[in-house]
Amino acid sequence: MSGGHAHALHVHGHSSVHKLPGHLKVAGLLLFVAAVVATPARALWAFGLYAIGLGVVAGLAGIPARFIGKRMLIEVPFLLFALLLPFVGEAPYTSFAGIRISEAGLLAAWTILAKASCGVVASILLAATTEIPEILAGMNRLRVPAAIVAIAGFMVRYLEVISDEMGRMRVAMAARGYEPKMFWQIKALATSAGALFIRSYERGERVYLAMVARGFQGTMPTTDDSPAAAIDIARALAIPALAGIVAVLALVGAR
Amino acid sequence: MHIPDGFFNGATSLGAGVVAAGGLSGALRQSTARLKDRQIPLAGLVAAFVFVLQMINFPVIPGMSGHLLGGALAAILMGPSVGVVVVSVVIVLQALLFADGGVSALGLNLINMAVVTTLSGWFVFRLVRAPLPPTRRAVLGASFVAAMLSVVASAVVFVVEYAIGGVGGVSLTNVLALMAGSHLLIGIGEGFITIAVVGAVLQARPDLVFGAKDLASDGAERLSMRRFWILAGVAAVILLGLTTFASANPDGLMWVAEQTGIGADARASATASSPLSDYGTAGLSGAAGTIVAGGIGIVATFLIGWGALKLVRRRSTA
Repeated sequence: MSGGHAHALHVHGHSSVHKLPGHLKVAGLLLFVAAVVATPARALWAFGLYAIGLGVVAGLAGIPARFIGKRMLIEVPFLLFALLLPFVGEAPYTSFAGIRISEAGLLAAWTILAKASCGVVASILLAATTEIPEILAGMNRLRVPAAIVAIAGFMVRYLEVISDEMGRMRVAMAARGYEPKMFWQIKALATSAGALFIRSYERGERVYLAMVARGFQGTMPTTDDSPAAAIDIARALAIPALAGIVAVLALVGAR
Repeated sequence: MHIPDGFFNGATSLGAGVVAAGGLSGALRQSTARLKDRQIPLAGLVAAFVFVLQMINFPVIPGMSGHLLGGALAAILMGPSVGVVVVSVVIVLQALLFADGGVSALGLNLINMAVVTTLSGWFVFRLVRAPLPPTRRAVLGASFVAAMLSVVASAVVFVVEYAIGGVGGVSLTNVLALMAGSHLLIGIGEGFITIAVVGAVLQARPDLVFGAKDLASDGAERLSMRRFWILAGVAAVILLGLTTFASANPDGLMWVAEQTGIGADARASATASSPLSDYGTAGLSGAAGTIVAGGIGIVATFLIGWGALKLVRRRSTA
């Protein structure tokens, strides 16, 4: 996230996945992830099907596998934790190449690996195919409180501005021959964070005044509230619905 | 600390989602009066600020880099209800736009990083400030303690959640020791940044610090040393108790440390370009296994906090 780029995950495109209404995609993501989480870890075939489903969506949307792979790095910290589990877990133990391995820990590691990966890829696909305003409009239509959506909108709009401001302060510091790297130099960074807060806040005040000058009444106008076409609903929810069926089958199979 | 999908079972994730939604809607109702219009752009800008701050990472142990949570900071600057709303927005967007934290674990992440840090931070902040005179130093000292304990509280809540529905065969003692130990360290970093941000804002725009609205003019600041040390003593006893609790099974933790080589190597984090990534805080957490080490850590924390206070103060009087 070094660039602090608000659209870091978006891949421009005109595929059928890109064109689906935002709220359907958000709902689809929720449904799909719920199905993945509910699936018993031992049902390997189910996770294979989920991976195929994600692959189909990625293919339709034209999102390159390399892009997804790179963005998946975000789950690495927790995966490392997952990889520790077989070694720190509890009995019963088996041994592999002379190393004691906890069976429960091994299963947990696999669970986290499989489910987290499915969730991350699904989230990446949403972010890659949906413009931020569409996600926000989708949240709005999914009955997320208007204040939350409005705050989120401002946050997204100014994220780049704020992180650029932080970058400029660091450059200014470096230009004056000071590049804090060690822990005891934390104060320099923290005071620039304080300055950053004041700059952010004062910018917020200016933005508010500018909005009032343009007739802002306290609520953001909503655009396009027309109901989604049945075909869009079917398209957006087809794979999540299939995932739901797979999860139910896997749950029944585990009995 | 962003929990991915699959780390907790479905029922726990769903329950946490319900709890988080309840907490968030409560905070939203509380802050509606202030959020009505003027605060919406402001809250958005502060959310962007918290988001940028959360990019500051410091490696703790392999696989766990602590980043600033910012809950206590948001509570002190904006008030607890707006703080919860602002940090929640950050967490939701991180999940939806950046795939950071699982969508199914959103409720858990909201509870840990938005609700618990903000409310516990605010509670501790008020608690520490209550017996102290309304001075700048009292506000800063309270900010440090609040920020540090808010991180530890978040870690403890994570362990409670893990006990309810976490996946994996790890004993709770190990999880608790790992989380509480490492987050005490993260908390120190959090405390540092919080104290400096609050100090800088107090200096330039004291009217913007919600938690210091009652502050007398800068001239009349006197903090009784006795009061400070009594407070420090009480906090140390509480912390020592926490640590003792955390290391109730020191053998288990030692074994974890041995097995996993925690503290042996500081791995370059994935966010190597972030401003704090070069700080070498790793390598300390392995020692957290014994009560003695915990005690030393607490004393060191207070010395560091004391030093930070001194630094801030020296600058403000210069």
